[in-house]
Amino acid sequence: MTTNLKGRQVLLHDMCLRDGMHAKREQISVDQMVKVATALDAAGVPLIQVSHGAGMGGNSLQHGFALASNEEYLRAVCPLMTQAKVSVLLIPGLGTMKELQSAHDCGARSVHVATHCTEADTSPQHIAFARKLGMDTTGFLMMAHLNTPEGLAQQGKLMEGYGAQTIYITDSAGFMLPDDVTARVAALKAVLNPETEIGFHGHHNLGLGVWNSIAAIEAGASRIDGSVAGLGAGAGNTPLEVFLAVCDRLGIETGVDLFKLMDVAEDVIVPMMDHPVRVDRDSLTLGFAGVYSTFLLHAKRAGARFGVPARDILVELGRQKMIGGQEDMIEDTAMTLAKQRGLLRDVVRA
Amino acid sequence: MKKIKCALIGSGNIGTDLIYKIQRSPVLEPVWMVGIDPNSEGLARAREMGLKTTAEGADGLLPHVLADGIQIAFDATSAYVHAENSRKLNELGVMMIDLTPAAIGPLCVPPVNLKEHAEKAEMNVNMISCAGQATIPIVNAVARVQPVEYAEIVASLASKSIGPGTRANLDEFTYTTSNAIVQVGGARRGKALAIINPAEPPMIMRNTIQCLCDSEPDQPKIIDSVLAMIEQVQQYVPGYRLVNGPLFDGKRVAVFMEVKGLGDYLPTYAGNLDIMTASACRTAEMFAEEILAGTITLKPAVAA
Repeated sequence: MTTNLKGRQVLLHDMCLRDGMHAKREQISVDQMVKVATALDAAGVPLIQVSHGAGMGGNSLQHGFALASNEEYLRAVCPLMTQAKVSVLLIPGLGTMKELQSAHDCGARSVHVATHCTEADTSPQHIAFARKLGMDTTGFLMMAHLNTPEGLAQQGKLMEGYGAQTIYITDSAGFMLPDDVTARVAALKAVLNPETEIGFHGHHNLGLGVWNSIAAIEAGASRIDGSVAGLGAGAGNTPLEVFLAVCDRLGIETGVDLFKLMDVAEDVIVPMMDHPVRVDRDSLTLGFAGVYSTFLLHAKRAGARFGVPARDILVELGRQKMIGGQEDMIEDTAMTLAKQRGLLRDVVRA
Repeated sequence: MKKIKCALIGSGNIGTDLIYKIQRSPVLEPVWMVGIDPNSEGLARAREMGLKTTAEGADGLLPHVLADGIQIAFDATSAYVHAENSRKLNELGVMMIDLTPAAIGPLCVPPVNLKEHAEKAEMNVNMISCAGQATIPIVNAVARVQPVEYAEIVASLASKSIGPGTRANLDEFTYTTSNAIVQVGGARRGKALAIINPAEPPMIMRNTIQCLCDSEPDQPKIIDSVLAMIEQVQQYVPGYRLVNGPLFDGKRVAVFMEVKGLGDYLPTYAGNLDIMTASACRTAEMFAEEILAGTITLKPAVAA
């Protein structure tokens, strides 16, 4: 670290009530949402994402059914916020403008409109609609390691053209190294209007969430996604309280209270976890092979059912270049591998 | 043998691929291609393939309909202009096959309900969406065995096979397909998801169909029904293939399909394009067979 970051203002965006839904198999109750969100609000976190792990329209066989609808979560959380703004995720092809309208009606005021890193042109309707609703609107380019810095910059420029006020580099696979992040932020900065913000959303599969986020700030990013105690898909998101401690040491200004955030992590989030969210051989495989972090628990389930190791399934999904949203291909791939290994037969007519 | 003369409206990927399919048909003949840009590649290609062309939109076709004996028109433009095209052509007694999300007429999935539409001599039928054509036969194959409370389909499409119109209007695709899962598939609730994958080489279209039955699935009956339905679709889309399943998990039935195209206009990965045009062509053929047999007669629609 050579750049002096003292005095830089960075907006922290907590993901544990959205990305964390993946790690909880979508089983976070309305009461737990309220408890976490109010604690984050009290700690001064300015933006809190609340929704199904796959966002608007996420309740499905493909992505799992949550304990409550997005509307129920939002109606419970939004009115209790004293300073925090509540955001949602919208992936075109899954969520629609009707659902965004409904989230806005329930109090959501910010949105990540997400596409795969090469498919920004599936988002113009949704970005324009979010702006029409007056929402703080982000274009969120997922699996960003699968596009070159210049290619990604062009996609970000498209989203800016549709009306996005912030463009995110989203390291969905937790695959990027700090230089990859630096190059992508710099490429975006070179083409975007000066008033357009740049953000980074990391996953901790290679243990680089914090370092990558600092690299993003050094290169000009001003918004960082993380989740308290790392509660998120794969090995989790950038652990927000750890990142905040580093920000405090570097003099980066966030307005968030470190000790309060540590307490939320330790007293509220960790006791909620079904399994320790950490780098283990499967989540490390995601980061190493460049596979979408959300695939982790699906691969473990399918692997257990068909007798194929989750790691083999994840590597095969990476080889076939499967992207976020193709969770159905996990069960399919597990079955195909099981057939190849003589563990499963084709169906025949009776 | 006499053939029914057809016009194609919209000279993009779908319209161009349709030329190949219709030229092979024993009962259909492509005569006109309608575009809006005189310099478009699609119109030039249609001319090379022996079609008459106009760049004046459907209005450019109207004066020739009677003289050239056009009886069926395929519309692959957009939902916004389809209604007007349909009205004008129906008035001249031309039957419309709608490949846009407009869905003015009844929704058609050939192995499920085409016969019914042809018998009624419907003057406008809608082909739903590529994902609808690829998945609704399977939903119906389960729902005809036992009640399906909810059906959900996921279509994974190669990025190179998706044109700008679909990209800019993904919500329409979602609504149209979800609705058809209920209307035609026979599930009580439906949901459609689309994923656009940019992998190189491009991935072949994949579709996953999941049904939640009211009661424990009757496994042998569902397997038979699904396999029989796949054979029916294969008659007009030879690359329609079962990859995995039917998988039974409690009340859930999951079927994993692949759709490889014939590679007429776009390469074989674009099974989505192929199943849409093949279904439209199959639909037109059924109407054409009835017209040629004299069992139905197309009548000019009375202007409203």
